[in-house]
Amino acid sequence: MTIDQISVFMENRPGSLAEVTALLGGAGIDLRALSIADTENFGILRLIVSEPQRALEVLRAAEYVGSVTPVLAVPLADAPGSLAEVLRVLAEADISLEYLYAFITRQAGHAYVVLRVPDNARAAAVLAAGGIATACHEEIFA
Amino acid sequence: MSYFQPEMEQAPRAVMRDLQSARLAETVRHVYAHVPYYRRLMDERGLTPADIRSVDDLPKLPFLTKDDLREAYPYGLLAVPLAEAVRIQSTSGTTGRRVVAFYTQQDIDLWDECCARAIVAAGGGKEDVVHVCYGYGLFTGGPGLNGGSHKVGSLTLPMSSGNTERQIQFMVDLGATILCCTPSYAAFLAETIIEKGLRDKISLKAGIFGAEAWSEEMRRDIEQKLGLKAYDIYGLTEISGPGVSFECAEQTGMHVNEDHFLVECIDPDTGKVLPEGERGEVVFSSISKKAFPLLRYRTRDICVLSRRPCSCGRTLIKMSKPMGRTDDMLIIRGVNVFPSQIETVLLNNGFPPNYQIIVDRVNFTDNFEVQVEMTPEMFSDTVKGIAAKEDDLLNSLKSMLGISPKVTLAAPRSIARSEGKAVRVIDRRKI
Repeated sequence: MTIDQISVFMENRPGSLAEVTALLGGAGIDLRALSIADTENFGILRLIVSEPQRALEVLRAAEYVGSVTPVLAVPLADAPGSLAEVLRVLAEADISLEYLYAFITRQAGHAYVVLRVPDNARAAAVLAAGGIATACHEEIFA
Repeated sequence: MSYFQPEMEQAPRAVMRDLQSARLAETVRHVYAHVPYYRRLMDERGLTPADIRSVDDLPKLPFLTKDDLREAYPYGLLAVPLAEAVRIQSTSGTTGRRVVAFYTQQDIDLWDECCARAIVAAGGGKEDVVHVCYGYGLFTGGPGLNGGSHKVGSLTLPMSSGNTERQIQFMVDLGATILCCTPSYAAFLAETIIEKGLRDKISLKAGIFGAEAWSEEMRRDIEQKLGLKAYDIYGLTEISGPGVSFECAEQTGMHVNEDHFLVECIDPDTGKVLPEGERGEVVFSSISKKAFPLLRYRTRDICVLSRRPCSCGRTLIKMSKPMGRTDDMLIIRGVNVFPSQIETVLLNNGFPPNYQIIVDRVNFTDNFEVQVEMTPEMFSDTVKGIAAKEDDLLNSLKSMLGISPKVTLAAPRSIARSEGKAVRVIDRRKI
């Protein structure tokens, strides 16, 4: 199971993140998680939002370049060692990670880790075999 | 005061004119007989070789431009059978079409002599150690000064460009006395030598620096840092290479080797020949070359010519440092760059042709940046994905231009679009 993440090209200049979040807020789009990869010259903003397709349309209309990427969201118990267990299962199957970031939800004791892997189906199967579930969009925005 | 070929460098005006007239007439006969391209140009104007008897007849001939050279690429302007041509040199051109110049052995010898005059004017002789770190290869800088140094009989270090550590090691160990490179590389070497505390270990007395624009300020800075006297040199591949003109100890302009190259200064808009002392585009005619003689070639360089007597004793006409260009060509780190080349690469790589070139000079070295706008096709959610496409673009630019810019990705539609002509080039260099 995958969820849709949106990624947006960001110039390295003051105010660019403020602009994007204001656009999405103005369109009534709820943000659940966010991460930024930054290089010397530019950044890539990655977002988990309530309505990914509409969020992308709003940003494109404002001349942003972005895309939708299916990623894995793994629910974790908010307890020591739970992320390490997920990563161990993936490592044993020799699955590499492009990037990951984590967020907690309104439900106490729960967290999610977002994983970007080369092959979602294979990684999801490996995790399932290790007794680890992957979340769907509705679960995260429940 | 010494000269490599005093009989030419100090020739009385009348003697020089007679020689020029004879060589011009001979060159016109040669190209009319052997190059259909020239024959057509002259026939179209109702001219025959008999119409060109002296330098006064030169303005009757049509101009030649870089476009003519591209049209004639590759062999269209070769004026001798292949059996007699022994070398090519080349300059970068737009849209992958380069300009190729040909040389017979005699052409190379004459070119080398021109460079030898420059080395001797800079105080060079048989006892000198000449360190050449212009690029070798298609670029004329290395081969030209290398050949000149051989003619003088100096010990020649054919270093070519790059590897600064090794350059400095050879300079120190072999006791180089004359340095030949671009002024920006000379400035960079100076900084590095001082940083390494090797200022006392070098023996340079003169530098011959050309192929790019530089200021008097920069000259004084290099002279002071390296403890040498810096001489300018000018040339272009189309006409031969470095040594078309060269500076003497007076440092007030470059003497044109006018026994080989006739020089005119024209109004770039009307093509009218301007009187001495007026600022205009310089036009050269090569009158002693066999393989690739060009008549009235427009350089696009803006200069002033002067026949004011020179304290060095040379009677050769002097041209100022080029003060600018009549076209959009940029000279970056000694390399010719046309904005249209960058446009071609962008289009080939799927980018919109909306870009900006930013050139600056930091610590006497040209910084060259190409800004392009991010597109949906280029975008990826991973840094690795974007970096791979950025690398492809950089490699394509490098192979088209011969030098490597910094590529900066900008947000879509962030590069200013003006109503009329977009500002493609921002040149912040203060020269």
